[in-house]
Amino acid sequence: MLGIVGTVPDRRFPLVHDRVFLKDDHLVINDFKIPVNRGTPALIAAALKAREIIGGPEIYAFLVGDIGEGHGSRLLYQFLERHLSEFNFEVLTFHYLQPDVDWHNKVLFTIEAMNPSPLLIADAGFMYAAKMSGQASCYDIFTPDVGELTFLADEMAPHPFYTRGFILHRADEIPDLISQAYHYQNAAKYLLVKGKSDMIVRGSQIVETVNSPCCEAMEAIGGTGDTLTGLLTVLCKSGIELSEAARDAALINRWSGCYAKPNPATQVIDLVDTIPRAIKNIYSKNLKSS
Amino acid sequence: MFGLFKKKKHRFHGKNRKLSVDRGILVFEHTGDVIQAETVLKKSGWRVRVMGPPPEIRTGCDLVIEFPLIEELNIVRELKNVHIMPLSIVPVTAPLLEPVGLFQIKDFGNYLMVRAANMKITVEKESHKIVNISGGGCPDVPYLAYEMVGKTLAETPRPRELGHTLCGYALELAYEELLRKC
Repeated sequence: MLGIVGTVPDRRFPLVHDRVFLKDDHLVINDFKIPVNRGTPALIAAALKAREIIGGPEIYAFLVGDIGEGHGSRLLYQFLERHLSEFNFEVLTFHYLQPDVDWHNKVLFTIEAMNPSPLLIADAGFMYAAKMSGQASCYDIFTPDVGELTFLADEMAPHPFYTRGFILHRADEIPDLISQAYHYQNAAKYLLVKGKSDMIVRGSQIVETVNSPCCEAMEAIGGTGDTLTGLLTVLCKSGIELSEAARDAALINRWSGCYAKPNPATQVIDLVDTIPRAIKNIYSKNLKSS
Repeated sequence: MFGLFKKKKHRFHGKNRKLSVDRGILVFEHTGDVIQAETVLKKSGWRVRVMGPPPEIRTGCDLVIEFPLIEELNIVRELKNVHIMPLSIVPVTAPLLEPVGLFQIKDFGNYLMVRAANMKITVEKESHKIVNISGGGCPDVPYLAYEMVGKTLAETPRPRELGHTLCGYALELAYEELLRKC
């Protein structure tokens, strides 16, 4: 199975874990229906859409309601610390959780006891906590945008909010930022750096750059980074090398955006709907299944 | 790729801006309490500013309020009146992290996007309707987007009222910049 851990923007939503499905633009888990907007629901929806075409293991989600107060995240952290080792995942993706270093470390300790070890992907708040904990190198893939890369490269910053030069970076500085992130051991084994160019990094070297297609409006659309991480989650299990999985995820995400003909007011669900077409375009007649 | 940059106005005035033991920090349990406390204290005219905590008390998504130490009793009394009590009060002995103070503005023709730190907010220029919120990694981001997208800048609840994290606070800064631009 592929595991996805994150939050739902509804304070009343309880801690739920189960196989998750997509129906009528809503996630369905247990008896709950969750609208697909941005955040973890968008990540899961993209993963489910991709799986419809690519196939592969079922998707199992751990979700809890949290609107930023952190209560839900802490409940979920506690559950994961106690029970995650009872599950068997090939890929485990962590997403929108309140960054909390102590809880992050407890959960990572539990993961280290899992056998076999899952491939670990971290994005959003959990990636922030992973960096701040000093344990980034335990992860297989981080998916920062270019600003968040600056955060990974800044050994002092506990959050992007305090990152030196956060939005002053230039494209030609990105290789240096990558080197710094690895130098300070604040990067995972691979990085998928999201931006005008998506860069796939392995061990501080840029191994792939994806520039096209390019829709400027996607920068404004909330959730496009989430869909990319969802696609990556599924592709990592499709039998291809991780840098190829990251490249294909970037390509599919870009094509799904272009097929949606977006403007800055487009909502991410419109991009999720075009994922099957984008996958077919990328893989043509050579669809991979696992 | 990036458009205009604008130096943010310093919100902390004047001659008392020193980082020494005449300053203290108020540490709260939740970032949401920090945001509320800042609102209350600024409304009352106190010279306070939101900063990053020193390394020894960082736990994750943190903010603290820097204040003139000599006013401790008055400030604590004011906060007590609104039932927001700090966990601890610590003298400042080393420089604190400053929040990101620059904005990135991107003009999409009919739409305008403002970015502060890792948060972006986009409005339709003519109607001032918020059409998208993106970026960030804390769990209040999807919630803030749910509450704000589709509303105009005038009718939307403010991120500082609903947000609980540094991402929420960054969105407030972007929202304030958008108010100045529109």
